[in-house]
Amino acid sequence: MSPEKFVIMRHELLLTAAALMVLIVEVFSHPDKKGKVITLSAICFGLITVLGLLPSPEGELFGGMYITNAGRLMMKNILNIGVLLVFLQSADWLRRDENSEKISEYFVLMISTLIGMNFMISSGHFLMFYIGLELATIPIAALAAYDRHRNISAEAGIKLILISALSSGILLYGLSLIYGTTGSLYFGEIATVFRGSNLQLLGFIFFFTGMAFKISIVPFHLWTADVYEGSPINITAYLSVISKGAAVFIFIIVLFTVFPVIVAAWQKVIYVTSILTMTIGNLFAIRQQNLKRFLAFSSISQAGYILLGFIGGNQLGMASVIYYILVYIFSNLGAFGVVLAISNASGKENVDDYNGLYHTNPKLSLIMMLALFSLAGIPPVAGYFGKFFLFTAAAEKGYYTLVIIAVLNTIISLYYYLLIVKAMFLLKSDNPIEKFKSTWYTRFALGLCVAGIIVTGFASGLFELIRNLSFGI
Amino acid sequence: MDILTLFVVIPVLTITAILFIKDIKHVRVVTAIGMGIQLIMAAVLVFMYLAARKAGASEEMLFVRDYLWFKNPNIHYAIGVDGISVAMIALTSLVVFAGIFASWEVEFLTREFFVSLILLASGVFGFFISIDLFTMFLFYELAVIPMYLLIGIWGSGPKEYSAMKLTLMLMGGSALILAGLLGIYFNSAPDGGQFTFNILEISKVTIPMSAQRLFFPLTFVGFGVLGALFPFHTWSPDGHASAPTAVSMLHAGVLMKLGGYGAFRVAIFLMPEAAVELSWIFIILTSISVVYGAFGAIVQKDLKYINAYSSVSHCGLVLFAILMMNQTALNGAVIQMISHGLMTALFFALIGMLYGRTHTRMINEMGGLMKVIPFLSVCYVIAGLASLGLPGLSGFVAEMTIFVGAFQHTDVFHRVVTIVAVSSIVITAVYILRVVAILLLGPTTDEHHEHLTDAKWFEKVSVVTLIGSVAGIGLAPYWLSTMIGASLSPLVEKIVSVNPF
Repeated sequence: MSPEKFVIMRHELLLTAAALMVLIVEVFSHPDKKGKVITLSAICFGLITVLGLLPSPEGELFGGMYITNAGRLMMKNILNIGVLLVFLQSADWLRRDENSEKISEYFVLMISTLIGMNFMISSGHFLMFYIGLELATIPIAALAAYDRHRNISAEAGIKLILISALSSGILLYGLSLIYGTTGSLYFGEIATVFRGSNLQLLGFIFFFTGMAFKISIVPFHLWTADVYEGSPINITAYLSVISKGAAVFIFIIVLFTVFPVIVAAWQKVIYVTSILTMTIGNLFAIRQQNLKRFLAFSSISQAGYILLGFIGGNQLGMASVIYYILVYIFSNLGAFGVVLAISNASGKENVDDYNGLYHTNPKLSLIMMLALFSLAGIPPVAGYFGKFFLFTAAAEKGYYTLVIIAVLNTIISLYYYLLIVKAMFLLKSDNPIEKFKSTWYTRFALGLCVAGIIVTGFASGLFELIRNLSFGI
Repeated sequence: MDILTLFVVIPVLTITAILFIKDIKHVRVVTAIGMGIQLIMAAVLVFMYLAARKAGASEEMLFVRDYLWFKNPNIHYAIGVDGISVAMIALTSLVVFAGIFASWEVEFLTREFFVSLILLASGVFGFFISIDLFTMFLFYELAVIPMYLLIGIWGSGPKEYSAMKLTLMLMGGSALILAGLLGIYFNSAPDGGQFTFNILEISKVTIPMSAQRLFFPLTFVGFGVLGALFPFHTWSPDGHASAPTAVSMLHAGVLMKLGGYGAFRVAIFLMPEAAVELSWIFIILTSISVVYGAFGAIVQKDLKYINAYSSVSHCGLVLFAILMMNQTALNGAVIQMISHGLMTALFFALIGMLYGRTHTRMINEMGGLMKVIPFLSVCYVIAGLASLGLPGLSGFVAEMTIFVGAFQHTDVFHRVVTIVAVSSIVITAVYILRVVAILLLGPTTDEHHEHLTDAKWFEKVSVVTLIGSVAGIGLAPYWLSTMIGASLSPLVEKIVSVNPF
């Protein structure tokens, strides 16, 4: 293997370099000018995002443990865009006094998780997959406990690490059963000898459960709300969008490439879990007052919709899942961006606090409304197209009952999204959130989100591109 | 750019203009100009359409444009109009135009009000020009969602409750439609080949009967929710009563017609076999709508509730006529949509104007207004007479045609339900005349009402536009019914081939 071949690991290498650079710059920068690290990281990561979009050779490394192709690169690029948005949104928050001593840690930890996700997405072997998964999970626990002086944040970190350990254990057990019955951990080799014997099915169920924890599919979702509430808002955003997105990506790759033989089995499992996930996520979201918990349950229900793309086992489903994740990144980060900006300016995080927001901060309210409508799937914004394609993918295989349940669930979700809209536009408050000007970083990030929410839907070329690229995976 | 796309582009441009205007007072002027252009365009479209037909264009849809949007699923931006959609577009532009003038004095968040109103209108226009199910559905939802803000922010009474109820019920309907559309799509090529969302292409194939039995009820009920089909009509009284004037006008006048139009163009046109087989269920439901709505109107005391229940009754009649599925009844259904659209818009405009003066909508708190504000009162009487079907006004033409069409069925079931539905005419007369008697005639009950001022210029513009149209259809219905009738023949032929009774 020649060293030049390492170029195909471009994403991972660039990210590693960036993480190291941030560390070094921090060491040599003056204590009063730590803010520069933020600018540097943002610019650096922006560059990486742009570089990632360049065409790249396809190939394999480490004897097929690492696979890259256009489709997987696209997934990494989608994650890059999301992380860039999170970086931009968190700039203001990082500048607070209490965070000034741990700015570089924030970036290093976050970039390492992203490296983990990239390896996970590129894996062609379950060991590589597992290493990537762990690298993607453990630093997030540290990030969740970032505000370590707040009990709730420390608790979130502990909960996250415990639940990750548990789910990884279950997942590993499943993998060991699969290894025991097939004699290989390579995706390709397993796929050729996998016949779906009872033991193999058991292994698959354990694997599914492990992944269900990561994507927070009901009934494995109980950790989500607590962790989301305790973590700093931008970490919550990261968890609910990037982590979930990466797990969905690798999950759909594994299901479609390793376990196509037992498609009938996993369709049944997904059928039930997706209905449960949508419904329970939605019903619990209605009662939430804290916006972080609210968005946590809303993101659980979103995972339920995403499963609709899995169930068909068809190409359209694959494409619509990837497309939906992209849309979801823009929409959910738009919503989280507004919550974060308001929390930074006023410290308020409850639905009631948003009463009358339109009269003091019209632009933020409009962005929030747009993002919520996109999450609810209201045209003409991107979420509508994303949901439509997911439903189409399920309907293509004749799952009409499931589609009807899903669309009825979107009505429930519309109800609680409208509660926020109602608070912002309809209700009045004696003590509204003061008018404030957000910084350049926040504006830029929110602007990107809005552009994404609007453009992603109408630009049919984007969906075509995703569809074409997803063929190769 | 083709003329049909302009119907969506002009509202969008108007919205853009509104957003960039500094002076709030100019907002309504710009809106009126934009929608005035839209009205002129609608007139131009009517003449272009008639001219094209006269010149011998015999296609089902004219001015068809088709641009590929998404390759898979096969989604196009496809537009085209036939006589029915042209008539509906004309109706919409009239009502929107009148609605702008009826809401001339909106003070609170003026800019946002007109933006939402026009957004709603552009959804409606887009719906009527689409012949691709995907774009049609997109515009449909686009028309529904601004309702929430319009009622919630500028409404009155229990507005938050009403807005939420209306939005969720209509969205529930659209959920059923979505499932139905997907079902139609995946059955649009039973012999293999490319699936399609295009209405014209789907109408050429026969969707398998097993699929039709599932998806016809879904789409019909889905659109029926918006058309106030019993028992899914409950959003309508609350929504209309809480909505601000222009929104009530637009909603009862135009948006409810999306339900009838969609039920007709999607459910029945694409799945006639199931429609014939299952129509009896929905005929019973719509008969209940017709009679129940009318009875509901009798006992109400709030003017808007009276009119909302009357809308349930009249829109029920539209669906009732559609389900009769013969040339005469369908013709009547479309005329009824237009007639009711104009008439109810007129009613709501007048109620808004009365409310603006008397600050009450309760009929027992008003009286003898005829002497004080003769212009508005006379207009109210005209609207009432149109509603109860007086010859010479549009309501008569529509209802007459519907009942004649319905009675053409010779079997007992259809005759019985027709007789039941006809009884609504009498009940309508009861509640209309009762309101007129209490509200306008007799002595003035409240001394504050003795010094009310009559209509201002912008109110007159609004009212006269609508009355002119109502009387126009009533006196010269022929051109309208010919325009509609020609477009109905493909559907009627298709149904006759299924079920030659």
